Amino acid sequence: MPVTGTGRTSRIIRWIDYRLPFVATVEHELYEYPTPRNLNYWWNFGSLAGIILVIMIVSGIVLAMHYTPNTTLAFDSVERIMRDVNYGWLLRYIHMNGASMFFVIVYIHIFRGLYYGSYKYPRELLWMLGVVILLLMMATAFMGYVLPWGQMSYWGATVITNLFSAIPVFGQKIVTLLWGGFTVGNPTLNRFFSLHYLLPFVIVAVVGLHLIALHSHGSNNPLGIDSKGPQDSIPFHPYYTIKDMFGLMVFLIIFSIFVFFMPNLLGDPQNYIPANPLQTPPDIAPEWYFRPFYAILRSMTFNVLGIPSKLIGVILMFASILLLFVVPWLDTSRVRSATFRPIYKKIYWLLVLDVVALGYVGARPPVGSTVVIGQIATFYYFFHFLILIPLVGKIERPRPLPTSIGAAVLGSTAVAAGDD
Amino acid sequence: MPRLTTAFAAALTLALGCTGIARAQEEAPPPPHQQWSFEGVFGTYDEAALQRGFQVYKEVCSACHPVKHLYYRDLTEIGYTDDQVKGVAAQSQVTDGPNDQGELYQRPGRPSDPFAAPFANDQAARAANNGALPPDLSLIVKAREGGVDYVYALIGLGFKDAPANVKLNPNMNYNEYFPGHQIGMPPPLTADGQLTFADGTKATIPQMAHDVVTFLAWASEPNLNERHRMGAKVILFLVIAAGIFYAAKRKIWADLHGHSSTVPGEDD
Repeated sequence: MPVTGTGRTSRIIRWIDYRLPFVATVEHELYEYPTPRNLNYWWNFGSLAGIILVIMIVSGIVLAMHYTPNTTLAFDSVERIMRDVNYGWLLRYIHMNGASMFFVIVYIHIFRGLYYGSYKYPRELLWMLGVVILLLMMATAFMGYVLPWGQMSYWGATVITNLFSAIPVFGQKIVTLLWGGFTVGNPTLNRFFSLHYLLPFVIVAVVGLHLIALHSHGSNNPLGIDSKGPQDSIPFHPYYTIKDMFGLMVFLIIFSIFVFFMPNLLGDPQNYIPANPLQTPPDIAPEWYFRPFYAILRSMTFNVLGIPSKLIGVILMFASILLLFVVPWLDTSRVRSATFRPIYKKIYWLLVLDVVALGYVGARPPVGSTVVIGQIATFYYFFHFLILIPLVGKIERPRPLPTSIGAAVLGSTAVAAGDD
Repeated sequence: MPRLTTAFAAALTLALGCTGIARAQEEAPPPPHQQWSFEGVFGTYDEAALQRGFQVYKEVCSACHPVKHLYYRDLTEIGYTDDQVKGVAAQSQVTDGPNDQGELYQRPGRPSDPFAAPFANDQAARAANNGALPPDLSLIVKAREGGVDYVYALIGLGFKDAPANVKLNPNMNYNEYFPGHQIGMPPPLTADGQLTFADGTKATIPQMAHDVVTFLAWASEPNLNERHRMGAKVILFLVIAAGIFYAAKRKIWADLHGHSSTVPGEDD
């Protein structure tokens, strides 16, 4: 088996490892950690998410050294960073576009999991921890967007915090608590800054749990079948470290194109206008990564059984994410990978299309046919998870699975080769 | 199932197309695209245009519009010497203090001062402009949908006589590119030769509009030149690094492919 390190570790490291097995653990999880040999490039996005999280934390900490969380100063302090702090423009554009990149990566990572059935036994908790990370990311991104105190910051904060007023009885009290006052104001900005600094470290902790859960049973793989022996897996290092490094470079090229050549493409011009509580912007639309959920929120234009449409919209929006927690139990199929599931593969792509449609609807003013498309797409979203996924698992006849990963990748002759 | 997919996609395209058309009719036309020296990967600001643009701002726009995020010292970045900047700054009067007697006093501006604002506060600005507030121009290019092309179209192309079916409100002007078409600002660029450029360039309306928009683009994004330069280097570096890592990946993985290999792990 691979290098265990004993031969080349110094006495100091052995002394430490005897008391705190840090190096040994890292070596164990990197050199000996058996990884399926057939992971494709869609498996790069997990490590990419970890790296962008670090990029966000580092750039964010430096930005916080120059930023002032006060409603009268916040906007100008951001402009000061852009103009007078050395490489402040670079830091801010990295952080701003990094948020979008983080969501691109995580959405691809989630859809990868949905396609290859990575959420199924025995990885249910791994998946659920991922959903927790998504929720934390959304809260962090939302509060971060408020900090520059532009028009969209202010009005976005107003719209989103007001959602909680839909909660019966306690709604208004909760909103007042969130605001720290009777309107979005300085206390709101202060607490959002505080929480925006805190939550990324909570994310780091949950990522730690996510990794522990991952390393308990190892990665799923494109075939969705378990490793049956050493011929099916390879050590993570150097095979996947080098593959991840290549993927990282490709990602950084795309990231750099945004940072250096179109840093404001994904942002809203309205946010370069200082917040003005007396002037509502013509269209209030969240950043692209929230738009599918925003579309679900706005899809409810009618009351149901006396329940106000706003409350149902809020419930649907939260449900659309919380639903992911129970996907492992909604899916009745015993086959993981969509490669062997002809019907699931089709409804999977319909779901992708549906989410893109929701994202489009979330960016448009809610008038005319946009509303109807939003309603159909919202219906289909829930229909997919609540009806189609359980049903397809029951009625579909999966294609036959290969006997092992090694057999599928190398052909049957190599199967016997693995002996160490 | 494929038929369902196709039908779904077709319905979606149709519906989205319709909303697009409906929306276009009620809004201002998209501003026509102009040529800008700072577009594209290697684009940089044209220094002569920036200086002419600054002159247009100083002699025309600054009567009503502040640029509060600019400092006089920033002008050294568009090619003015320190002495020229001192001269420009000294033309403004700045309220400073309190002094040792506890009184505020006026003094000539210094390079370390922000550009002097035309009005003491928003209320004064509104009072002098029929109730309209001339916006700060520091970020105007980044704060408007359409950016430089929009600002150019607004000041250089958009002012026209109102069509017969449009009834202008008092003190409003018709502008084709302004959302709602009624704008408080009177046409700022009124005639060719409205000012005399220091470098002898003929001051036509398109020339003045183009130059002042270049200046405003710089005011919004003063680090663009450096950003583009750095970006080209960073991406070149990353492309090479990606190539190296790809080659290394191919080499490391080579022993895994093909049937003759033993199981890896012993050789690193």
